[in-house]
Amino acid sequence: MATQHSRSAARLMMAPAVVFLLGWMLVPLTMTLYFSFKKYLPMRGDSLANGLDWVGFANYARFVTSSSFWPSVYATLVIVGGVLVITVILGIFLALLLDQPMWGQGVVRILVIAPFFVMPTVSGLVWKNMFMDPVNGFFAHVWRSVGAEPIEWLSQASLPSLILIVSWQWLPFATLILLTAFQSLDQEQLEAAEMDGARWPQRFAFIVLPHLSRAITVVILIQTIFLLSIFAEIFVTTQGSFGTKTLTYLIYQRVLESQNVGLGSAGGVYAIILANIVAIFLMRIVGKNLDA
Amino acid sequence: MARAVTTRQKTINSLVAWMVGLLIFFPILWIIIMSFKAEGDAIKAPLEVLNAPWTLENYGVVQERSDYSRHFVNSVILAFGSTLLGLLVAVPAAWAMAFVPSKRTKDILLWMLSTKMLPAVGVLYPIYLLFIQLGLLDSRAGLVVVLMLINLPIIVWMLYTYFKEIPGEILEAARMDGATLHEEILYVLTPMAIPGMASTVLLNVILAWNEAFWTLNLTAAKAAPLTAFIASYSSPEGLFYAKLSAASTMAIAPILIMGWFSQKQLVRGLTFGAVK
Repeated sequence: MATQHSRSAARLMMAPAVVFLLGWMLVPLTMTLYFSFKKYLPMRGDSLANGLDWVGFANYARFVTSSSFWPSVYATLVIVGGVLVITVILGIFLALLLDQPMWGQGVVRILVIAPFFVMPTVSGLVWKNMFMDPVNGFFAHVWRSVGAEPIEWLSQASLPSLILIVSWQWLPFATLILLTAFQSLDQEQLEAAEMDGARWPQRFAFIVLPHLSRAITVVILIQTIFLLSIFAEIFVTTQGSFGTKTLTYLIYQRVLESQNVGLGSAGGVYAIILANIVAIFLMRIVGKNLDA
Repeated sequence: MARAVTTRQKTINSLVAWMVGLLIFFPILWIIIMSFKAEGDAIKAPLEVLNAPWTLENYGVVQERSDYSRHFVNSVILAFGSTLLGLLVAVPAAWAMAFVPSKRTKDILLWMLSTKMLPAVGVLYPIYLLFIQLGLLDSRAGLVVVLMLINLPIIVWMLYTYFKEIPGEILEAARMDGATLHEEILYVLTPMAIPGMASTVLLNVILAWNEAFWTLNLTAAKAAPLTAFIASYSSPEGLFYAKLSAASTMAIAPILIMGWFSQKQLVRGLTFGAVK
């Protein structure tokens, strides 16, 4: 039984973590919110010390009416959607494959998981230069060897190229989680279905997929949160050109490159709202599991 | 029950799986191969690259030109520093939540996790501004704190789930035998919690090592870790494939090895227990 004494001790022990995270959340968030209602262009002499002009919702309106807003929404949706589709579908296939008996299972698993541990700047640059370079890249050599004209991947097919790079990084994550879910699948149920005459596609559609549905949901939610904020991969490859300027990258450019802090902060508030919508669904699943 | 599988089926499985595995691993393998080739050979067609003589010179050049070891040291300090600092804050919190749960424990835990969902770019300028004001821009101390804060929810979460698995009766028994809170933590809890703590450290060192938003935006020359060091190769001069490969290999090798040991923790740590 927890005593009154241990309760207050517990509160004291939680205090540092709670205070740190509360500060980390509230201080910058309040500042972003504050800046988003202000005209704040540090390069043109605006400073906190001299006071900033209140502009109401002007930044919010300008952010969504600027010519780069809708293209950035499109780029974000295509990249996030593309990576999700690829990683989930290939992830199911890979998890299914890795779950089969085979020789050297441990080694194959390591090979499949490895890309997840490659830092984003390395994978971005390596793919850009050593694989997608139109002159000396690996793909260019392969294309030429079959007599085809090499593709300028990151300019002619910029979004598919980025989807390829990011999918390569996230496929291990999806695979690993789906594999974990596979391993908790009731084998006897499968065998019973088989004896009742269910063919493989039926067993997959009616037993395996429903069992995986929660793992798939979790993969989609967690990846969406991380994918909405991919940065380094774009930073070292296209720098946002050729239609790869995502919402995150657009806000980064507004805030740090063109130093329009008010406008960028309004964009930041939009991004925070968007991420929170996804987070609510994720937190619901996590919360349910905590009770169990 | 594992089902009986014919040798033929197993052979086919193995062949397909190995081919797919090698295909996924190929870019990493290719970096490693390239890093041991002369710069002039590295831009040739793949088969010619393979046949070219092997060399170690790139590793020397990378170290000389861009001071690899300084960035490496920065990465080590940031990754381990932020993880240990996080542990210091998270262990008491996770302990309290696991062993003295209250009605609000679950809400606090969920709230902590939700801070992890905050998009970094949304708070980029405030943090940037605070760093300038506090003189922390391009300092390792500032980044250690930021990396600690972004990983703190995961550290608390992982420790909480590990602590939860320790039966509370053992602690009660220790208390009955007259152990003080201090002794209880030091002699009973700690030995049982060490494996879980080790896993937590492992995963969070990996996450901090690969973090590439704050490290790119808050460092310049002094405090830049390997993520920023590699990014400096994005505007290359002349031939650089072999050097990029050597630099990349050195940047990912330590974490790749640690990563292989942390597969299981990855699922636990990154899904917040939503998948078992």
